[in-house]
Amino acid sequence: MFLYILKRVLATIPVMVIVAIFVFLLLRLTPGDPAAILAGDAATPAQLERIRERLGLNDPLLTQFITWMGQLLRGDLGTSLLSNTSVAGMLADRLGPTINIALMTIVISVVMAVPMGVIAAWRHRTWVDFLVMSFSVLGFSVPVFVIGYILIQIFAIDLRWVPVQGYKSPADGFGAFFSRAILPSLTLATIYIALIARMTRASMLEVLGEDYIRTARAKGVRENVVLFRHALRNAAVPILTIIGTGFALLISGVVVTESVFNIPGIGRLTVDAILARDYPVIQAMILLTAGIYVFVNLLVDISYSFFDPRIRY
Amino acid sequence: MLTLRSALKETRGLAAALLTGTALLMPGALSAQQDTSTITAVMHSGLRVLDPVITTAHITRDHGYMIYDVLTAVDADFKPQPQMASWEISEDGLTYTFTLRDGLLFHDGAPVTGADVVASLSRWGKRDSGGQLIFDVTASLEAPDDKTIVWTLTKPFAPLLDVISKQSAVPPFIMPARVAATSSDETITEYVGSGPFVFNEAEYEPGVSVTYDKFDGYVPRDEPASWMAGGKVVNVDKVVWTTMPDALTALNALSAGEIDYLEQVQIDLMPILSGNPDVTVEKRDELGYVTIGRPNFLHPPFDNKLIRQAAMAALDQESMLATMQGDPEYYNVCGAIFGCSTPLGDESGSETLTGGADPEKSKALLEEAGYDGTPIVLMAPTDVISLINQPVVAAQALREGGFTVDLQTMDWQSVVQRRAQQSPVTEGGWNMFFTNWMVPEVSDPLINVMVNGRGNDAWFGWPTDEEIEALRADFVAAPDAATQKEVAVKIQEHVMDNVNYIMMGEYIIPQARRNTIQNMIPSPVPVFWNMTKEAE
Repeated sequence: MFLYILKRVLATIPVMVIVAIFVFLLLRLTPGDPAAILAGDAATPAQLERIRERLGLNDPLLTQFITWMGQLLRGDLGTSLLSNTSVAGMLADRLGPTINIALMTIVISVVMAVPMGVIAAWRHRTWVDFLVMSFSVLGFSVPVFVIGYILIQIFAIDLRWVPVQGYKSPADGFGAFFSRAILPSLTLATIYIALIARMTRASMLEVLGEDYIRTARAKGVRENVVLFRHALRNAAVPILTIIGTGFALLISGVVVTESVFNIPGIGRLTVDAILARDYPVIQAMILLTAGIYVFVNLLVDISYSFFDPRIRY
Repeated sequence: MLTLRSALKETRGLAAALLTGTALLMPGALSAQQDTSTITAVMHSGLRVLDPVITTAHITRDHGYMIYDVLTAVDADFKPQPQMASWEISEDGLTYTFTLRDGLLFHDGAPVTGADVVASLSRWGKRDSGGQLIFDVTASLEAPDDKTIVWTLTKPFAPLLDVISKQSAVPPFIMPARVAATSSDETITEYVGSGPFVFNEAEYEPGVSVTYDKFDGYVPRDEPASWMAGGKVVNVDKVVWTTMPDALTALNALSAGEIDYLEQVQIDLMPILSGNPDVTVEKRDELGYVTIGRPNFLHPPFDNKLIRQAAMAALDQESMLATMQGDPEYYNVCGAIFGCSTPLGDESGSETLTGGADPEKSKALLEEAGYDGTPIVLMAPTDVISLINQPVVAAQALREGGFTVDLQTMDWQSVVQRRAQQSPVTEGGWNMFFTNWMVPEVSDPLINVMVNGRGNDAWFGWPTDEEIEALRADFVAAPDAATQKEVAVKIQEHVMDNVNYIMMGEYIIPQARRNTIQNMIPSPVPVFWNMTKEAE
């Protein structure tokens, strides 16, 4: 297992290097000029040229790339071209809200979706199955911002139970955090509940037809034990994959939800940086996202062996 | 056997827990804005650039007015007034002597000195177009002592006080000399001013939130506040600007009392606020904005004056403004390039723009010019709400006027990069784009960059226009306001004839505030002094 993890970690190095080269070139080939954003609309071409020179944007691409890689190797993500603040500091500020909302979303999703999927498979082709699948289709189909607005209207404006928008860290008190995180988490959870419930149902349907399930039932094992211990455990691999991918997606930033609920997360940081062509921030964000995907995939792969003893590394 | 009820037991328990937890939070959620010492505002954009001299971004200018002070400032009558300093002008108009008032302190406790003023003006003069003109005729700028600044010119520059008192785009904010020593092409890294608020660096999150604390050491002037002039009396302990990218969320937050002030309200969303008795929607800034089209003078067909005139004849302000704003309450058909409500505003020569399009005249002019049907490339940004409509409306009007139009959609960043290209259209160039300005940014010939006719040194579009440069020189030399106005009218007529740019009218963006917010100063720049906040 240790060797496997080591191999996987080492394999991330070429992945990250390729991502770095790709994102660097893509940004330089995309139209846009950070100097123009910095200087504003009234700047003359000569002023823009001087600012570009100062920011190093006129250097040859290879020089810019080597400078950036040198910084990366020293653990320095650089400085925002616009705000002149450390990119690492910006990421640190924005990661907290994103991770906390993602965790809450995944917890809500798993707690709701797995039982729903199990029950739908268990009561296959009954009204329960139909209900769960209808919810699933709805969850996929309704745009996330519509769900967000509906929840805001009901819980924040009509009932006034929670604030409309904003984010507070758990360090500011659980109540303050929870009241602001619950609506965005529920909004995001809608699509993940749909996704995970559907996957759980499909995976369970496959397993419930297996001989060992019939044997367990024949031995008189209680139905809930059959479902949750025997069947669910064997159906876990695809479910875990979908949960892992979902978590990585959530951490990479969910810009629409962050905008609707005014959460200062990674998604908004990325979009703002792209619109302003703030190269160091975009580059760091893409690298971070790639790293998150690699890491989450590794965790998911490792977790397989805990649920399915046949999988060994 | 497992029943549905038992299977859902865990889920039901979670729901109950969530609801209980939520209910417990209700009081906290509702009391967010009861604090009368803090004003929470949603501004038009997130603050990312903290140097108000390097950029013309409005949000950075607004930030500048929070933490910095200015030597002189314009009041609601467009008249320069003493702010940090009073002044005397020598009889020959060549020497301006400024005397700093007592009690001026930077936020680090150091007194403001003449040396700080000299350094700040010098840096500003390298960035601002009006400032550059003054420094072109500057013999010396010195501080003989801590309280005095002497500005000596080689020839009279009558609008000097108007230029240094302007509120936008780049006012000459006064910084400590060590900060102002930063190159004008680099952003400053220390944010110490002598204005009524202190920048709270610890709580600053670029593009998300910025906090300003009241500066207890600030001594306001005795006169009542008027625009950027007069006494800047701060009545709250703290002002927080927060960014909300979603317009509807901002309205909902204002309705729910989570924020106190919304600088800009989208007109199509205004009905949401109309039934709320706790919120007032109003015009803070009666001057508003202008929207304009800029042709490229370097390449065919707009290198031909007749074809530029044809384009102007084809366009119509009313249809463009109505498409942009919808509600006539918030736009104004206006042919004055310096704005219809400003001292220099005059509408001479703008009849076709303000009176409706004349496609037949456009076609006749095109025929006279020998237009060969070459498509004109119109750049159309799709990601800036205030600029989405103009190119689309213009494209249709130009087609009706006989032009062949190639409407190219792109993001604003692509427009920004492409408009800097001087190459022909076939090599990545362009023929026309649209943009917006605040009226104070176009209100005189020294501030308005679009009447600069210095070819490659001019603003994008690069007209070489010796006549307009001569008129601008006349404006600088004009000894009094009446003569300045005469010259301004000549510039207006010239722009309408030469079509340096196409003035497409004025529009206003309303603001909204909780009724607890009182005593706001009407001003093009949103200011937070004088403002009071009462309990709900």
